[in-house]
Amino acid sequence: MTKRFGSVVASDVIDLDLQHGEVLALLGENGAGKTTLMNMLFGQYTPDAGTVHVWDDAGNETILPAGQPQAAIDARIGMVHQHFTLAENLSVLDNILLGAEPLFSLVRHRRDAREKLTRLMDDSGLIAPLDTRVGDLTVGERQRVEILKALYRDVRILVLDEPTAVLTPQEADTMFASMRAMVDRGLSVIFISHKLHEVQAFSDRIAVLRHGRKTGEMVTKDANTGSIIRMMVGEDLKVPPRVAGVPKKPILELQDIHTSGAGGGQGLSRLNLTVRGGEIVGIAGVSGNGQSAFAGLVSGLVQPQSGAMSVSGKAMPKPNPKAMLDAGVGRIPEDRHHDGIVSAMSVAENLVIERLDAPDVQTRGFLRKTQIAAHAQDLTQKYDVRGPGIEARSALLSGGNIQKLILARVLETNPDLILANQPTRGLDFKAASEVSRRLFEARDRGAGVILISEDLDEVLSLADRILVMHDGHLQETDSRDRTVIGLMMAGGRVT
Amino acid sequence: MMDFVNIFLSDSFWAASLRIATPLIFGVLGALLCERSGVLNLGIEGIFVVGAMTGWMAVWLGAGLWGGVVVAALSGALFGLFHGILTVIFGLSQHVSGLGITLFGTSVASFTYRTALPQVSSPPRIEPFRALDIPILSDLPFIGPVLFQQTAMTWLALFLVAIVWWMMEKTALGVAIKAVGDNPDAVNAQGLSVIKLRMGSVIAGSALMALGGAFLTMSAFDAFFFGMVNGRGWICIALVIFASWQPGKALMGALLFGMFDALQVRLQTQAGAIIPGQIFLMAPYVLSIIALVIVARKADYPRALLTPWFKGQR
Amino acid sequence: MIQITQKENQSRWVSLGIPIVAAVLSLLLAAIPLAFTGASIPDAYVQMINGVFGSLFNFTEMLTRATPLIFTGLAAAIAFRAKLWNIGAEGQLYLGAMAAVWVGTGMVDGPPILMIPLVLAAGAIAGGLGMLGPALLKTRFGADEVVTSLLLNFIILIFLQMMLEGPLKDPMGLGWPQSEPIIDNAILPQLITRMRLHAGFILALGTAVVAYVILAMTVWGFKVRAVGENAAAARHAGIAVNKTYLAVAMASGALAGIAGVSEVAGLKGYLTADLSPGFGYTGIVVAMLAGLSPLGVIAASLFVASVFVGADSMSRAIGVSSFIADLIVSMSLICVLLGGFFARFNLRWDRNKGGGS
Repeated sequence: MTKRFGSVVASDVIDLDLQHGEVLALLGENGAGKTTLMNMLFGQYTPDAGTVHVWDDAGNETILPAGQPQAAIDARIGMVHQHFTLAENLSVLDNILLGAEPLFSLVRHRRDAREKLTRLMDDSGLIAPLDTRVGDLTVGERQRVEILKALYRDVRILVLDEPTAVLTPQEADTMFASMRAMVDRGLSVIFISHKLHEVQAFSDRIAVLRHGRKTGEMVTKDANTGSIIRMMVGEDLKVPPRVAGVPKKPILELQDIHTSGAGGGQGLSRLNLTVRGGEIVGIAGVSGNGQSAFAGLVSGLVQPQSGAMSVSGKAMPKPNPKAMLDAGVGRIPEDRHHDGIVSAMSVAENLVIERLDAPDVQTRGFLRKTQIAAHAQDLTQKYDVRGPGIEARSALLSGGNIQKLILARVLETNPDLILANQPTRGLDFKAASEVSRRLFEARDRGAGVILISEDLDEVLSLADRILVMHDGHLQETDSRDRTVIGLMMAGGRVT
Repeated sequence: MMDFVNIFLSDSFWAASLRIATPLIFGVLGALLCERSGVLNLGIEGIFVVGAMTGWMAVWLGAGLWGGVVVAALSGALFGLFHGILTVIFGLSQHVSGLGITLFGTSVASFTYRTALPQVSSPPRIEPFRALDIPILSDLPFIGPVLFQQTAMTWLALFLVAIVWWMMEKTALGVAIKAVGDNPDAVNAQGLSVIKLRMGSVIAGSALMALGGAFLTMSAFDAFFFGMVNGRGWICIALVIFASWQPGKALMGALLFGMFDALQVRLQTQAGAIIPGQIFLMAPYVLSIIALVIVARKADYPRALLTPWFKGQR
Repeated sequence: MIQITQKENQSRWVSLGIPIVAAVLSLLLAAIPLAFTGASIPDAYVQMINGVFGSLFNFTEMLTRATPLIFTGLAAAIAFRAKLWNIGAEGQLYLGAMAAVWVGTGMVDGPPILMIPLVLAAGAIAGGLGMLGPALLKTRFGADEVVTSLLLNFIILIFLQMMLEGPLKDPMGLGWPQSEPIIDNAILPQLITRMRLHAGFILALGTAVVAYVILAMTVWGFKVRAVGENAAAARHAGIAVNKTYLAVAMASGALAGIAGVSEVAGLKGYLTADLSPGFGYTGIVVAMLAGLSPLGVIAASLFVASVFVGADSMSRAIGVSSFIADLIVSMSLICVLLGGFFARFNLRWDRNKGGGS
């Protein structure tokens, strides 16, 4: 299979096969091309070259017409996407039936559907409330709906894209157990992951992708961890042991904070936190538990309904983004395209957007174009931001380079406090370790860093202190045990 | 004061309310269909004009009243197709495309009318829809004159409210339309065509919009005047939000509006000496703005409204 | 099925060329409706060209016609740059005209150096307030400004009629609903003797240049552009998004208001209800044709004005309905839209086996 996006080759002549009744793991770092390959299988993308062959139970071969999800569905292939494909305004039942019932029939056979679904839910152990609006469900529940959608269509081949990204460790174990149960009933599974330990624990065979090419394939129990890593990353990964930070004066104090949710989501309640300079505070947790409200608070976008916030000793009763910036808070947003950059504006413009009143950016209201350009050249070099030039639209930059741009913008003002929200999401190892390195540097220069991450491993490897966010509450723990923290992520209180 | 209360007791007031509401019912239903699927159609004002002109012209040329209705609907569908190609297939700005369609539709209709019928002292007239006189039912006290002496087009509008409601709430097609307006990826992943669903909704919705215009020239009045639509299309855009994109509420919103419009005419004659008539003329527009402001905060906009969707976009 | 992919590089020349191609294309497409009128097509085009370039009078008429379009075009361009959909320029124009008439028909008097800026300021403020309303409804209540600014047009027009039959009515006007004339000291001077071209045109050109400088070179212009391209990121970066919307609304409305002042104090001399044949709406087309660029607005206004003046002349000469002008202008809008698309995206037809989903 081959696929190009403009000049980027996302899939470079990849061969892959799935045996009946096996669990094949598609392993690779972010950007390796795993999702692209699966999207071609499922008809979301049309390949530039290559074919998909499917054999049914009787041994008949079909070649799938490209670019048609319906063809994949007819071949009984189902996919659970990383970003859920659910209509939030409709019920679970309607979402499952969407496309599964004839569009122009005058009656709907909902009772039969309910019966079939009840049976499916019993068999697989995946329960979801059929008449609840999907918008009202938790992330874990939504994933169950996604899987039920596929099961309802009688899939024989199921593709799961990063299924544990949004689950607690315990929920992940349960999900894999359900998967095994279904495989024992004749299902064949491909699951995409970038987490080595997960792949080693739950798959029969592993295929490794790197930069759009398949670099290796093996039976899991024969696999050697070192060689897999080399196939994934191209070199031996040396993760330097974490050096603990030396905490200094408090930079951020949150006392008894209550907020409503950002955009109708989970708000914060009775939140207390002190962050000191020279330490990295990691906030672990499944997304949807208040992380957005917390990030919004520290960014100045969400107002506290009660409670007090102070930065470097200065009280901030009515924060707004400008005030937080002026108080020395640097923010790396979760969604870099939505909140981080103005993609239609140039790299240089995006580098100065947070400092529009600075004397080196403007004089008497007029932009100092030469200064801005020189500044941009400086920063892009220092932070290795690669792209078509400082005057090019920042939309043309890769995800990793956009993140480096944002890092550059945040770090060059030497902030006292840095909020890093999912800073390595979607980045490959090299870019991710670059980000980690910069955060450590900033910490060692005296800044306080708050790291919010869905990736528990990332929190464990970077944070000096660990807190878990659940239902709008923060709870600190001394434990570094994944199981213990996993329980806290699910709401269990640990004494 | 008694005069004021008496207005509400007269059956002619309610009959007028329903009559004035009719073009709005068509328009709001049409806008609702488009927007539920994720497409804002600001071409509505122009499509009203197109429907008004083509429906009337068809009758003028001998097609018969229902022939005119069909012609109007088809012309609306054609402009809807145009808007759909620009916004759904090419993903262009729905605001600009819609405004372009309004300007284009209005100018095409005006140019065609003026070219076919050169300047005359008074616009030519047709034989419009007459009030239906249903035996027995029309003689019922109060309900009789209000409900059963409307024209066939008003009945069509009420019927269409029921049809649209049934389709949206009780059929698989309705589920699909609601889904594509919330998350087109969900629809695509289930093997359905986002493009076909959206195009279908925009075309059907635009046909309905055109009927609103046709009502003006074929039922309410009997001739085509420049400027006769006078913002009714825009009012429908406000009313759709007020109606939360639901057919039942759309009917209520249109009726409420019709009531206010009927009221202002009657109030003018009563209070005309003290309050200048123009204040009453402003009422419909002011009310629409107020209605919009009231619901704006909580409005449950279709999530994918205004967002174009391309297959296989990275 | 059609495959649509974004082009990686967008050439500047293509962006510049598209409006020109669109304009030419729409003029050529006019041949289709012309064919239905039974008129001689070449003759029609000749009459149109003659109507603009045939004499100094015709040419200055075109420039005069372009003057309010430059202002309303700028009003739309600035607003749309911030993704603030000001569709109310028509009403704001009349607000400006009413303010000019209120102040400039004898309430105060002074030398022109005082009076002219006074009526302009009055018009600008009135127009600015006219868009401030919808903008406040947007920022405070989340009410869509497209609908509110649009509906306000109708309200203002009715209000105008009320004023012209009431407080603003000219007692010497023989009963017609028209205002008193603008006093001599407040009249925008003629530019060429015996022509209707007035100083408003020079003012329009200057305003366009100033708008360009502000948008491209100032911090405020940067904020406007950032808010328009991505309001969420702008807010995150510390830009006061709501304040920006309000400021843009006032600026946009002010420009439309000045269009009204220019027509009343430069061209007609008094106010009637038909002062504007839709300049506010046409300004939107002008802005789109100009790619929302202030300098482009000048060129686009000249084009649109030429179409209208040429079509008027053609209409008088060979009897074709002057609605053809509206047709041509609206077609050019659609052509620009399509052209912008083809510049940014690649289209590919995929030969896939049969019926899609």
